[in-house]
Amino acid sequence: MADIRTRAPEVAADPSEGSSTPSPTTSSATVVPANAYQPPEDAALTVRGLDFFYGKKQALKGIDIKFPRQKITALIGPSGCGKSTLLRCLNRMNDLIDDTHVDGVIDYHGVNLYDSKVDPVEVRRRIGMVFQKPNPFPKSIYDNVLFGAKVNGFKGDGDELVERSLRQAALWDEVKDDLKKSGLALSGGQQQRLCIARALAVEPEIILMDEPCSALDPIATLKIEELMRELKEQYTIIIVTHNMQQAARVSDYTAFMLAGEAGYGELVEYGPTDEMFTNPREKRTEDYITGRFG
Amino acid sequence: MANATMGAEIRLEATGQVARRQRASRWSRWILFGFAMIGVVALFLLTVITIMEGGSRLSWDLIQNYPSRFAERAGLRSSLIGSAWVMSITMGLVVPIAIGTAIWIEEFAPRNRLIDLIKLNLANLAGVPSIIYGVLGLAVFVRFMSLGPSIIAGALTLFLMILPMTVIASQEAIRQVPASVRQGSLALGATKLQTVWHHVLPGALPGMITGVILAVARAAGETAALIMIGAFTFISFDNSSIFDQFTTMPIQIYNWTTRPQQDFRANAAAGIIVLMAIVLTFNLAAAVLRERFRRN
Repeated sequence: MADIRTRAPEVAADPSEGSSTPSPTTSSATVVPANAYQPPEDAALTVRGLDFFYGKKQALKGIDIKFPRQKITALIGPSGCGKSTLLRCLNRMNDLIDDTHVDGVIDYHGVNLYDSKVDPVEVRRRIGMVFQKPNPFPKSIYDNVLFGAKVNGFKGDGDELVERSLRQAALWDEVKDDLKKSGLALSGGQQQRLCIARALAVEPEIILMDEPCSALDPIATLKIEELMRELKEQYTIIIVTHNMQQAARVSDYTAFMLAGEAGYGELVEYGPTDEMFTNPREKRTEDYITGRFG
Repeated sequence: MANATMGAEIRLEATGQVARRQRASRWSRWILFGFAMIGVVALFLLTVITIMEGGSRLSWDLIQNYPSRFAERAGLRSSLIGSAWVMSITMGLVVPIAIGTAIWIEEFAPRNRLIDLIKLNLANLAGVPSIIYGVLGLAVFVRFMSLGPSIIAGALTLFLMILPMTVIASQEAIRQVPASVRQGSLALGATKLQTVWHHVLPGALPGMITGVILAVARAAGETAALIMIGAFTFISFDNSSIFDQFTTMPIQIYNWTTRPQQDFRANAAAGIIVLMAIVLTFNLAAAVLRERFRRN
């Protein structure tokens, strides 16, 4: 469990946090805002000036964040702060909701995901998602894992792909004797690992996880966290979590979001997990992490 | 409230308020059982009376003979064949078009006022009396399209008649498929069509089959609309083309009930038995099919 010390931040934060134009400079006179942190690694996804609207209601404002490649980034914040909304923007799942509107850019290898020429199906092949409540298909374990690959035109050895994906998801040993069993007959933790396996079978670059453990018991949760640490060798993982201890245990970088009185969510602070939890720069971050609210 | 004084005996038998509530619950159970039994008893009585009236006329002759003015010789041959022709074409049209319509409305159509209007219209059409469909069929298929009082005109009329209810039943079945399954499929990079084909349709199939069963029963027993088309007629040949004139079983039965001779009443009852047996067999087959899909 991370050590959360309540020290006053060393540098006064820029009063215009939440601005959409970060200014990372080395001059001693200007200060980098708490939410303008740029991780040193290559970017898997870079969000620039993202605004998101459900109809007329603005849910996200001016989100700028760089998600580093092959690391685990956690999005934390109280309910309603927009972290799940942000996550769903990253693979265009919000397109499925009527009357939503996006401004800004999500840069994936130089392509804006919201460019009018970009096809959401192509996006979702490369950026997969695991949902809060495990949702295996009412089909066999084998068919569950193979489905994503099949619809994307996979023509190779299905048995081999299924075994590989189930091994990567740490589920192979538990199900290898009966792959024809229905996915729904598994326990909650196993179902979630099945959902991870089927996302892996598509061979995405990035895996989004929306509170993947909130419906699971503590043992299953630990198994999945262990799995995440293994997966980050190959994949970039972005996880939304309500559980701060989980964020502290598992992630390399943490982003803290908050919804103001105006109702829209903003990025308050972003940085390496260790620093965020031991020495947060923003008082709001500190209050949330120490449990004063949320 | 439970007041337990030291050493007092605790009794948990129902008394006072609890006894009254339990009595009401027990009574309601029996009353509701009675309601359920009303339908069963009515159907049972209907079946028994029909069998008593028509049992004597059941024979292979009944199925093999053409209609005749002599009751003992009159049979269901032409109406059986006519029903088979009409129902095959009607079902062949309704199943793909109703299911396709339902899929379009639920999965692909934009959500706007126009679509709401279409849905409302569909619900209204399901309640229109069948004779109106008969008038429509007469005007459009028989006269305007010059199809005459033919099998194809009858099939098209019945198709229009059962289309709304089948679409609505299919819509309900599609809505039963949870959104989480769709989301899971789309998040893997499947297109909408792939999601519908691999997940929504298989999940909705049991409900859709139920809808089709109901529609078939409705169409198989339809009389008024087809009389309007011109199927109340004497047919003494086997149908061989969709442009043939025809008659159907319900119409033949109705025909027999209009005859003054007593003997035709037995014929009518026998005809009802045959029709019911066919519809029942079809229902059973479809129920088996539905269970197979539900288990998958």
